[in-house]
Amino acid sequence: MTAQEGTVLSTADLAGNGAHGNDPDIHGKFGIFGGRYVPEALIPALDEVAAEYDKAKNDVAFLREFDHLLRTYAGRPTTLTEVPRFAEQAGGARIILKREDLTHTGAHKINNVLGQALLTKRLGKSRVIAETGAGQHGVATATAAALMGLECVIYMGAVDCERQALNVARMKLLGATVVPVTNGSQTLKDAINEAFRDWVANVDHTHYLFGTIAGPHPFPEIVRDFARIIGVEARRQMLELTGRLPDAIAAAVGGGSNAIGIFHAFLDDEGVQLHGYEAGGRGLESGEHALTLTAGSVGVLHGSRTYVLQDDEGQTIESHSISAGLDYPGVGPEHAWLKDSGRASYHGITDAEAMDAFSLLARTEGIIPAIESSHALAGALKLGREMGPEATILVNLSGRGDKDMGTAMKYFNL
Amino acid sequence: MTTLQTVFAKAKADDRAALIGYLPAGFPTKDGAIAAASAMVEAGCDVIEIGLPYSDPLMDGPTIQDAVHRALTNGTRIADVLRTVEGVAKTGAATLVMTYWNPIDRYGAERFARDLANAGGTGTITPDLTPEESEPWRAASAAAGIDTVFLVAPSSPETRIKAVIDSCTGFVYAASLMGVTGARESVGSAAKGLVERTRAHTGLPICVGLGVGTGKQAAEVAGYADGVIVGSAFIRRILDAPDEASGLAAVRELGAELAAGVRG
Repeated sequence: MTAQEGTVLSTADLAGNGAHGNDPDIHGKFGIFGGRYVPEALIPALDEVAAEYDKAKNDVAFLREFDHLLRTYAGRPTTLTEVPRFAEQAGGARIILKREDLTHTGAHKINNVLGQALLTKRLGKSRVIAETGAGQHGVATATAAALMGLECVIYMGAVDCERQALNVARMKLLGATVVPVTNGSQTLKDAINEAFRDWVANVDHTHYLFGTIAGPHPFPEIVRDFARIIGVEARRQMLELTGRLPDAIAAAVGGGSNAIGIFHAFLDDEGVQLHGYEAGGRGLESGEHALTLTAGSVGVLHGSRTYVLQDDEGQTIESHSISAGLDYPGVGPEHAWLKDSGRASYHGITDAEAMDAFSLLARTEGIIPAIESSHALAGALKLGREMGPEATILVNLSGRGDKDMGTAMKYFNL
Repeated sequence: MTTLQTVFAKAKADDRAALIGYLPAGFPTKDGAIAAASAMVEAGCDVIEIGLPYSDPLMDGPTIQDAVHRALTNGTRIADVLRTVEGVAKTGAATLVMTYWNPIDRYGAERFARDLANAGGTGTITPDLTPEESEPWRAASAAAGIDTVFLVAPSSPETRIKAVIDSCTGFVYAASLMGVTGARESVGSAAKGLVERTRAHTGLPICVGLGVGTGKQAAEVAGYADGVIVGSAFIRRILDAPDEASGLAAVRELGAELAAGVRG
């Protein structure tokens, strides 16, 4: 049996086989973005991960095992759901959701962690560490670690631990150790710093199971490839459902993994507009936002050259979002490249706009989305009004909103 | 300005290792950093690394993170870093800046190299700049006449050691262990082997940092390396002191102990 037969993922499914012309070069560069800006001590580990991944992605046994886990454990393929009552607010455009909220653990994060947990075993390592903002990547990592018998430590900003208490409890129940990080802004950015510090000290037996498409090469490429299944499925499903490709795709962008996951299979489809929605927080003028691509500048953060929220001396500016999952002052280098090349466009959605969309989807369609995903939903409403009633918009509903109920209760006074 | 070359030549003539002390600019205060670094020189440090405080110091342990956080909180900026370098260089110590890459990138590589040289700085140590990404910085540094120092680690295979030392002038920074900055009970057992592996490829001085904090450890490292680098232990003395004067006294005391250590 070859990789192309049966239900097994093909190399092309996993990584697009380079046909889209958007793979990084040998140094992990997407144009001027990406690369590696890390302590020398980590370079051999990054080389090891890159080399093992190159073998794995062409190994039928690995693809088969990953595919099996996606289908029998993660719950793939996830369905498409058309949301006509929600779309009434979108100028009559058709809005169709890709339901990543229906995966095991409730978000797109499960795809990447299953792939990287398999990679960890191939690397012969017994321990995984991860950073988490909203907790979804932490929960997914703890889940995969439990499934595969790996020791698991999750770094999470102390502020995020508080606003995502339910996910902290989940991770603990799954057997992970959760380490609250009290440095800096006590959010995702600082959790990443702390995870890197752990990795430098324990790299001989530990894999850093990176959660988004940021960080040093090869993480942006690996995480993208494992998340790519979202777009691969959605493309086929859209053709089945509507007979054509969507006119536009909307996805939320924090680090950028769910957005790249759905964008990537459509990069060569020039008629499909790609729209990323960042957290506008309290608005651009307030200075309290996470508008990395729309208001940031080119710099280096967490091992990668990309757009960063920084001051005139290169100090990282703390981001803000009502969504812990989007509260990050950096972004994956591939999004920086897609922005500069013009293939994708990026916009801000305020906390208030996101929460309106959150509430609207719940009331009109009976689906409670993650607040992250609500940024994409709010973006789709705007896009629909701009594009008109003939347009079909595919939204990546990247996760479900259970974890965000604490925030929603406060926001809506429930 | 005192260059690294003259420092290592002098130390070699004295048959001892050089002592290198680290302190971030702006810690404990902007002027206090100049005073503390000067006290380190008086106590016997040959080289001072002035840290450029950065918001995301992912190579640093809790002690340096704490100091850097205080420096940023009191408004330390690159102009203050340069002023600190200027003040310390006047003492006669070779003065380097240790910095993550993004602040230089943002400030402008050529501008930073030029301003550092004008302040009397003799070079930089850049812990997150790899040889692959270092070309613009090496060019800017060469044009300004300052040294570039990069790190090798116990995990570095021969090919990496070669690539790193090809980018180094001044000296090679050998990380004694796999981990972040911070004084430890013992210096990593990997340090000696790393120095030997590095020495096989270069005539540059090789200095060992990470985990060194006592005179005894300094003596041990001085037995096989050309320089001994101490940071967190100095900072700890300042953090633990009840006031600035006793902090300076504690820094002098540690400096003297380490200076005796490098003399074996």
